[in-house]
Amino acid sequence: MCKDCGCSVTEEHHHHQAHETLHHNPQLNDSKTIDVITKILHKNDHEAAHNREHLDKNHVLGINLMSSPGSGKTSLLEAMAELADFSFGVIEGDLETNKDAERLKAKGIEAYQIQTGSACHLDAFMVHKGLHHMDLNEIDICFVENVGNLVCPASYDVGMHLNIVLVSIPEGEDKIAKYPVMFRKADLILFTKTDLLPYFEYDIEAEKKTARTLKPNVDILEVNTKDPQSIKKVIDWIAFKQRFRN
Amino acid sequence: MHEYSIVSSLIALCEEEVGRHKAASVSRVEVKIGVYSGVEPHLLEVAFDTFKERSICKNADFIMHIQPLKVRCCSCGSESELITSRYRCPECESTNLEVIDGEDMYLMRLELE
Repeated sequence: MCKDCGCSVTEEHHHHQAHETLHHNPQLNDSKTIDVITKILHKNDHEAAHNREHLDKNHVLGINLMSSPGSGKTSLLEAMAELADFSFGVIEGDLETNKDAERLKAKGIEAYQIQTGSACHLDAFMVHKGLHHMDLNEIDICFVENVGNLVCPASYDVGMHLNIVLVSIPEGEDKIAKYPVMFRKADLILFTKTDLLPYFEYDIEAEKKTARTLKPNVDILEVNTKDPQSIKKVIDWIAFKQRFRN
Repeated sequence: MHEYSIVSSLIALCEEEVGRHKAASVSRVEVKIGVYSGVEPHLLEVAFDTFKERSICKNADFIMHIQPLKVRCCSCGSESELITSRYRCPECESTNLEVIDGEDMYLMRLELE
């Protein structure tokens, strides 16, 4: 028996190796520190990559729409349904109700509603389930309309290709400066309800400047659902991006 | 309040490591939280202390390292930590930056029993 540790390995020349094994076996140790260095959300990120592959295989461009509640995500989609040449489907995320999906279906858009219960965001797993309800052969663009929230959805990659973040005039100034993580994620920022600018103290140029200090290369458009030209610009931006997905 | 979802992912990761190393429990969890990861460190701590009770991390200490935003400038090559949310190289004012740390959440180290 080994005098140092009481292990039963006797052969001298084998002892060192066996000794090492024994003493590095955590079952026989009191405590052990291990380096893990893994992203906490790595499973979500893995599923997100899988979602993107799924879209790529079907030549579909995926776009994640994020904003506060009531800033016009569903209205934008409704307005686009009437003007866009591309066909699209929508995966809807809300805490409760099917109201948004019903609104879109009424316009002839394929929509699937995910009810998150109390969850404040969609994750890649929920969107994956939604994708299985979409006929990807029939659409060019798949939108995810995330839960209305400027905080939580920013932490979750849902497996789309691009992020559009909306901010409406009545929400007031400084939203971009106050929620930098969300606006950093944006490929396109849409200022919505710009027809209300005369009624609010809102310096839109200053807000755009803030957006570009946060993310210098971000694209920005102004949207007002009563002005089809402004919707057309959003459609053009999306159609341009979609051309590179075939 | 997505901190609760994040903690449940974190505890699931700890359980996997405990299984892989055939340990009995976790006595310390060390994480790195980027200032621009979208998570509020205090809320994360509260969520961890709430959720750990019925998990393998029941007696674990929770250590958070807050990671400032770190960028590499693609124009001048310098690496710097940004204190404000102004994405511009402090050395040469270039906006052509690559974020190298501070936007993610990592499980760094575990102490297993």
